[in-house]
Amino acid sequence: MAKHIVARVEDIPVGERKTFSVRGRAIVVFNQGGEFFAILDKCPHSGAPLSKGTLVSLVESGEPGVYQRSRPGEMLKCPWHSWEFDIRTGQSYCDPASTRAKKYAVSVEPGCALAKGPFNADTFPVSLEDNYVIVEM
Amino acid sequence: MHLVIIVDMARISFHSSHNKHMSAYRAIAKGAGRSVGKHMDDQVLLDRAFDGFTELPVKGAVDCDVHPAVPGTGALLKYMDDHWREQIVERGIDGLDAMSFPPGIGALGREDWRLPAGKPGSDPDRTIKDVLDGFDLSFAILNCLYHVQGAYDENMSIGLARAVNNWVKAEWLDRDPRFRASIVIPTESPELAVDEIDRLASDKRFVQIMMLAGGEIPMGRRFHWPIFRAAEKHGLPITVHAGTNYRHAPTSIGWPSFFVEEYVGHPHMFQMQLLSLITEGVFTKFPNLKFVFAESGFTWLPPSIWRANKTWKAMRVETPWVDRPPAEIVRSNFRFTLQPSDIALDGTGLAKTIEHIGSDDVILFSTDYPHAHFEGKRALPPGLSDSQIRKICIDNPLATYPRLKEASR
Amino acid sequence: MNVQLKDAPTGTQVRGNPGKLKVIDGDVHPIPRSLDDLRPFLSKEWGEHLTNYGLRYRLPYATAPAYPKATPALARRDAWPPEGGPPGSSLRFMQEQFLDPCNIEYGIMHCLYPIPMMERNLSFANALSSAVNDWQYHEWSQKDRRMKATISLSGEDAAGAIKEIERCAKVSRDFVQASMPGRITEPHGRQRYWPIYEVLERLGLPLAIHVGGEGGVPGGAGWPSYYQETHHNTSFMNRELITSMIFEGVFDRFPDLKLVLVESGFAWIPALSWRLDRQWLRMRDEVPHVKHPPSHYIRKNIYLTTQPMDEPERPDDLRDIIEWIGWDRLMMATDYPHWDFDDPGLAFKVRLTEAEKRQLFSENARAVYRLD
Repeated sequence: MAKHIVARVEDIPVGERKTFSVRGRAIVVFNQGGEFFAILDKCPHSGAPLSKGTLVSLVESGEPGVYQRSRPGEMLKCPWHSWEFDIRTGQSYCDPASTRAKKYAVSVEPGCALAKGPFNADTFPVSLEDNYVIVEM
Repeated sequence: MHLVIIVDMARISFHSSHNKHMSAYRAIAKGAGRSVGKHMDDQVLLDRAFDGFTELPVKGAVDCDVHPAVPGTGALLKYMDDHWREQIVERGIDGLDAMSFPPGIGALGREDWRLPAGKPGSDPDRTIKDVLDGFDLSFAILNCLYHVQGAYDENMSIGLARAVNNWVKAEWLDRDPRFRASIVIPTESPELAVDEIDRLASDKRFVQIMMLAGGEIPMGRRFHWPIFRAAEKHGLPITVHAGTNYRHAPTSIGWPSFFVEEYVGHPHMFQMQLLSLITEGVFTKFPNLKFVFAESGFTWLPPSIWRANKTWKAMRVETPWVDRPPAEIVRSNFRFTLQPSDIALDGTGLAKTIEHIGSDDVILFSTDYPHAHFEGKRALPPGLSDSQIRKICIDNPLATYPRLKEASR
Repeated sequence: MNVQLKDAPTGTQVRGNPGKLKVIDGDVHPIPRSLDDLRPFLSKEWGEHLTNYGLRYRLPYATAPAYPKATPALARRDAWPPEGGPPGSSLRFMQEQFLDPCNIEYGIMHCLYPIPMMERNLSFANALSSAVNDWQYHEWSQKDRRMKATISLSGEDAAGAIKEIERCAKVSRDFVQASMPGRITEPHGRQRYWPIYEVLERLGLPLAIHVGGEGGVPGGAGWPSYYQETHHNTSFMNRELITSMIFEGVFDRFPDLKLVLVESGFAWIPALSWRLDRQWLRMRDEVPHVKHPPSHYIRKNIYLTTQPMDEPERPDDLRDIIEWIGWDRLMMATDYPHWDFDDPGLAFKVRLTEAEKRQLFSENARAVYRLD
């Protein structure tokens, strides 16, 4: 497990997403309400690019005809078959025990902290003033 | 009139053309396909279609689908209220058998179960002999298909339903303590249906409520919930029997030309209802309610529950009250009667099908008397283990019907 | 180097099919950017009719489907062409996103907008039929040789449909079959449609029936509430039309007619086949013209495309199903660019041998469509 600097914070504004290749793997980083989430850009069901999915609310119900909406933007809906994944855990809503989107830990670090390492950013110019998005893989 | 005569003539010549010593069903099968026989492989397959079917190895089975036939509205007169008694006679209202199940059709009255006169299944004593005694049953549940659901006048529909239920009670339930029955209701009028359920529920010999697979609006819709609420209150399962009141064409592609075509299509109505009951949230609202699909077939279940699961994963936000995979709901809340057992002509398919369903709790023994699905008393299709037979014949029905369990103690 | 700050080309890369298996795709959906794209193929009069009255289907909404679909335009969310237009309207983007990376050897086209056979004005339906067919040929088959056209019929007018089949068959062998929707005015086996089947059999063109149609109540249980029900219902429609065609005697009368059922999966075929046989056994005196058990015709005349893939609870159960059907009856289809797309590399959740893959992914279709 190594830490990879993938972007400056300002490169992924709130509500946006960006895809990266980290150690040969396509990953997508979402900025959802100022929080970053990193997920393998491949749906565990049929391989669709999750970076093209939508972020929607969690809709539940205990009573037919009643829709309880919560956690707006925290369910990642696959762009093909509409399976929903919890952006915090990667778990499939319908099959949480055995189906999950591969999730990676993300953190934000100031450039001054990164200077100390260890981080993989051989070709990435790190400036001490900026904040960076770090993905662990 | 001409038509009736032609039909009768056909049946007479058909009856006289077969070998009396042959088993009755095979006689139907052979007689029904006079043109077949040139194709040797086909003929071999047909001749062996019932190889491997076996008789019940256990006593005390429960037959969950037996059809008593109402001879005609005349037989119901003394069981209906004064208004309808007068109207039936004044307006000549008769011939209300369901077009989905015309009692004259050969396959709906097995040769050796037909009566010297009258519709097959219209003589309680014969049914006692053929079914209760013949299969050594502990109980047989009567599903009367007289078509009270067909009436567009809901008052006529409830008038007929009351009469049929009273008739079943007096002529059948009182005749043999092993008979049980389904409460027939005017399904298009839930309010009146609930009155009828409440009226009869205290008689523990009524063990469930019957609806038809085809109706005006899908079964899961809120409109029908008063019926389900009453069912839950009284601890009664709902049986959904094949058939439709023809408010719509019975298939999605229109009106089939042939009876056999329509009959083959019944499972599609059942599958629509299965989806409707699940998607509309009936089991969120009434989690303990059991649905018994009767004469539905069941070998169609695996692909149906697989696809329901898959589509639910995609579209569950449309119906967020469905909080578990449809296949699980089917295994916990739906039951299916044994006949017809639509397995391959060569006798294969059943064991794998039950594995694919993922449960052997869901099948309930039935003969579907007097309809013809098997030969003699060999009602069990090949492919069932001994323990599955025991479950299907006894354990599953008792687990499904609280009133039978109570009575069998 | 561990970090690259450039965007990975997601959404356009192949997701499966890593072994570069050749695929003949039984169901690809090109679509006009708008109905205006058809105007070059319509007469001035019918063009004016289109302007003034539009399409008149048997649906409650003027320009929307009866049941809202899963996604906008029924499509994969990553299939909208960057140059604009609905998913499936750009050949360039289809090549880049799908045809090239998925190694599609041939794509069998089903244009679902418009569907001529859903138009109620039969003369206009005939004009639409010719326009859609010409549009497929000129805008797709002639621009990418992989794209094979389906003659979209206005089959309620059998005479008009026959004229169109014969016209297209003369134009090119790029027309590999003719199609009707799953729900039309009468059950498909009825004799009003037989003249069409006769011509197709004579010309060796399969009849494809693509799910859809939406004309009238979708089954004996009445109108369902939800899209998820109607999506599933399409498989009942196919069961019903097989039943109709067999019992009406279509395959006894036209023994060489090939029927291809498109887009309702396939796992339901064995149980239907068993039920057809058992019930025919009981009541075959009603249909004495049917000379064989129904399963005979299913094994001989009927083919199915695989999408949407059936996904058993235990994946290996799919193998039982295919064994029962026969490995020679199924043809891979992706349904690109629709939301319930099946990726050729990942759709089958059961392990297949190379030989089985070749059959399902290309050889069966090659035989059915007589492709090189």
